Amino acid sequence: MNSRSFRIALRLFLLFSLVVGSAIFLWNFLKTEKVQALTQSPVVEEIQGAVKTLNNSLSSKWKLKGLSPTPAATNETLARRLSLALTGAVPSLEELRKLENAKEGTDTVNAWLDHLFADKRYADYLAERLARVYVGVEPGPFLVYRRRRMVNWLSEEIGKNQAYDQIVQDMMGSHGIWTTNPEANFITVATRQNMEKKGLDEVKLATRASRAFLGISMDCMQCHDDKFGDHWKQKDFHQLAAFFSKSEIALTGVQENEKRIYETRLRGNPEEEEVGPKVPYRPDLLPENGDLRSRLSAWITHRENEAFSRAMVNRAWALIFGRPLVEPVDDIPLEGPYPAGMEILARDFADNNYDLQRLFRVIASSEAFRRSSSSGDAESPVTGKMEFAWAAFPVTPLRSEQVAGSIIQASNLHTIDSESHIIKKFQRMSETNDFVKRFGDQGEDEVREESGTIPQRLLLMNGKLVGERIKPNPFFNASSRVADYSTSDDEAVENAFLTVLTRRPSEPEKAHFTGILNETYKKNRQNMMADIYWALINSTEFSWNR
Amino acid sequence: MNLNNLLSQTDPNACGKHGMWNRRGILKTAGLAGLSWLTPLSGQLALAAEKSGKRPRSVIVLWLQGGASQLESFDPHPGKKIAYGGKAVDTAQKGVQFAEGYEQTAEVMQDLSVIRSLNSKEGDHARAMYNIKTGHRPLPGLVHPSLGAIICHEMPELKLDIPTHISILSNQFPARGGYMGAKYDAFKIGDPVNPVPDISSWVDKDRQDSRLKSLDLLEASFSAGRLSKLDEDRTLHQTNVKRALNMMSSDQLAAFDVKQATEEERDGYGDSAFGRGCLTAVRLVEAGVRCVEVTLNGWDTHANNQEFTRKNAETLDPAIASLMKSLKERDLYDETIVLVGTEFGRTPKQNGVAGRDHWPHGFSVLLGGGGIAGGRVIGETDPEGEKEEASDKVTVDDLHATIHKALGIDSSFEMMTPLNRPIPLSEGNPVRKLLET
Repeated sequence: MNSRSFRIALRLFLLFSLVVGSAIFLWNFLKTEKVQALTQSPVVEEIQGAVKTLNNSLSSKWKLKGLSPTPAATNETLARRLSLALTGAVPSLEELRKLENAKEGTDTVNAWLDHLFADKRYADYLAERLARVYVGVEPGPFLVYRRRRMVNWLSEEIGKNQAYDQIVQDMMGSHGIWTTNPEANFITVATRQNMEKKGLDEVKLATRASRAFLGISMDCMQCHDDKFGDHWKQKDFHQLAAFFSKSEIALTGVQENEKRIYETRLRGNPEEEEVGPKVPYRPDLLPENGDLRSRLSAWITHRENEAFSRAMVNRAWALIFGRPLVEPVDDIPLEGPYPAGMEILARDFADNNYDLQRLFRVIASSEAFRRSSSSGDAESPVTGKMEFAWAAFPVTPLRSEQVAGSIIQASNLHTIDSESHIIKKFQRMSETNDFVKRFGDQGEDEVREESGTIPQRLLLMNGKLVGERIKPNPFFNASSRVADYSTSDDEAVENAFLTVLTRRPSEPEKAHFTGILNETYKKNRQNMMADIYWALINSTEFSWNR
Repeated sequence: MNLNNLLSQTDPNACGKHGMWNRRGILKTAGLAGLSWLTPLSGQLALAAEKSGKRPRSVIVLWLQGGASQLESFDPHPGKKIAYGGKAVDTAQKGVQFAEGYEQTAEVMQDLSVIRSLNSKEGDHARAMYNIKTGHRPLPGLVHPSLGAIICHEMPELKLDIPTHISILSNQFPARGGYMGAKYDAFKIGDPVNPVPDISSWVDKDRQDSRLKSLDLLEASFSAGRLSKLDEDRTLHQTNVKRALNMMSSDQLAAFDVKQATEEERDGYGDSAFGRGCLTAVRLVEAGVRCVEVTLNGWDTHANNQEFTRKNAETLDPAIASLMKSLKERDLYDETIVLVGTEFGRTPKQNGVAGRDHWPHGFSVLLGGGGIAGGRVIGETDPEGEKEEASDKVTVDDLHATIHKALGIDSSFEMMTPLNRPIPLSEGNPVRKLLET
């Protein structure tokens, strides 16, 4: 073969590969797979006992208060709540088909949880939410801190459903270099960055640990005794901080140095004094041997230290309901009284090896979770009292990344997850970041309940993310594809509602929206569908959990 | 609650007597709920109170991102070793000099005072910026509100279609509402040469009307059976949609359009995004906006400090001078406090690559207008650069307390924070010398 024909052959080959490659990509992109139906979860039986106790406690409270709970929420609504809580986005149409096809008698909530727990989006999203509590959102100290590594590590642990006490012990007792032992970033993030002192900030570590792992906010006690509760003394706080006093960052990373002592100025004493480590309650649970940090982490995660399980139960509840059992989420009284459900869930969590997935299952299987957020009767609407007692699902704001994630998911018919094409994932990440920046990030404020703002509304009404994602584009945008491929106006409207709001339209809604689509074709129809998407995305319902 | 109480709440001097969520609470008890949290009544009362005298009502913050060198700006030590050859120019205030490159600002020195002894304990960009913008050092579990948010929260709300707290050319750290709520976050815009972001609909009027009609239907079906005052008491969603639509069609948007200023005025500010931002800040304050922040990047001069600071001065100098001039021309000088701030200064001694490193001890900011005395100098740094401490030290808390005081805000007012811990707006003491006439 001479060089000319070789070049021609090479060109033909390249052209051929390009065509075949694109065809495969397109095929994958456009094909509609046969959806697998959800099947009964094998764990439904296991959790029945706990769920029953929990439900009894809730229903006797409702009875006592004379509250009649709202009707049961639909399967789609329950799926939406769980997907938002555990993956940060509404479910895709593709996922909803699985739900639709579930066999009669399937416990759809637990089957849906099986589906979510198997998805990497669950581990990634929960890791990010928890990381905000453990290390905050700031980039943190330069050189000695790698937030990304910490989040990836957490995601791996969550992905394999590691026992929660083990995760906490790993972080609390971590040693070594923050890049090879990513859990050590929990310690190194507390490296002082101001000009007065160097080294690790014991006070910051004690504050984080007591808030995150025990649901105890004692940071006021840094400067004075408890003004309100007469419960904590300033000294309690500093004795807790002293557990971190032997830790330092050296060439080999985080390590213990027995020579270090903790000195601070207590109120009433003009001089700094040495403060030794002491736990604020139940000293009998503190092991005698080991380095200070490991001893403290053993005490925190001790089966009899109920504050530990309560703190996670409260957080898990808040993740799912958008509102914790006890407010604020990280300030739970040590001696109660506790709202119905708290003690039952905390005990079940501790008795079952701090199994996070089980905790989510029990909460999601409760009668409280299954309630609608509407009474279904415009004449006697839901009251604040009903929401407070969980006799109605509370209407709470979605976080900025949940809104962004939902816009992006709603503009695709397929699920955007870790299996997705890399371009889509990248697009999703950068679009989410831009959007979150303009929408406003709640930061460490995990479950802040706030009304929306005007710039947020402007962003959804006129912003780039929504505008680009709903405009006519039969290749990339769900709105156009729904307009083009649905077999009737009815079906088109129903698909739009399912994709964006995860519910079917009511009769008046169906009449209104099919009216818009009626006798429209091609580009015009795509534009009309864009208008429908716009209205759905800009509704209260889209930006709030319900 | 009677009308007198309502009046006292909208009196600008009544700051600090109310709780965190005062407005919605008051309106509810006053039977005005349903008109949203910005009722015409409260708006008028507030306006009337403010129009009666020239009291300070707005703040413009020019933020020099990265830590501006005090030596190459407002605290030069010409002829000294630490000046490294840097020269100085005389200002309109006798005996006071600015660095070369600030000739125009030097001419308006009688309208501005310089604090040369600002002192903080934060030497890291993010932390120091947080510290100076909020007046508080970072605290785990809490985000403090920025100066602009505090002012918007503490002073009466005005009936404006456009946001009252605005950040121009904001970077990754725009002014935030913190624990006062996202409602107090600054509205972010870029170079004013471009249209305000997210303010125009993507479709024509017919389609927009049809979209809104569809939205109404969805809202009606969502509210059925849910909390009886879902929008008013919880989401404010529809309320905010209405206000967003008001803003989209408001004449007040003209304040953002820098092209509507005369060419002569525009030229004065220099041909830079920052210059246009400063002119826009004046126009926004004229329209009634409470607080505008304009950011100028590029001050983290760890290398070639002289070169970079000289370049920055070319942008900053005409902008400050023109800003002061515009405020005077529009009769806004007495109503508007101007702060030229930065997160920290730079080391008196240069490093090996002719740069200066972070220096939170004794650095400079400019402050003026809105009842702040002009032409004064607070503090003095060591001309030899040996001593860390400047004389007449002013803390970050003091700086904030001074601005609060000038605005009639009671700094000692303790806000209940989400930590269930009351925190005063500022723990500093006002700098007397800047408030005495």
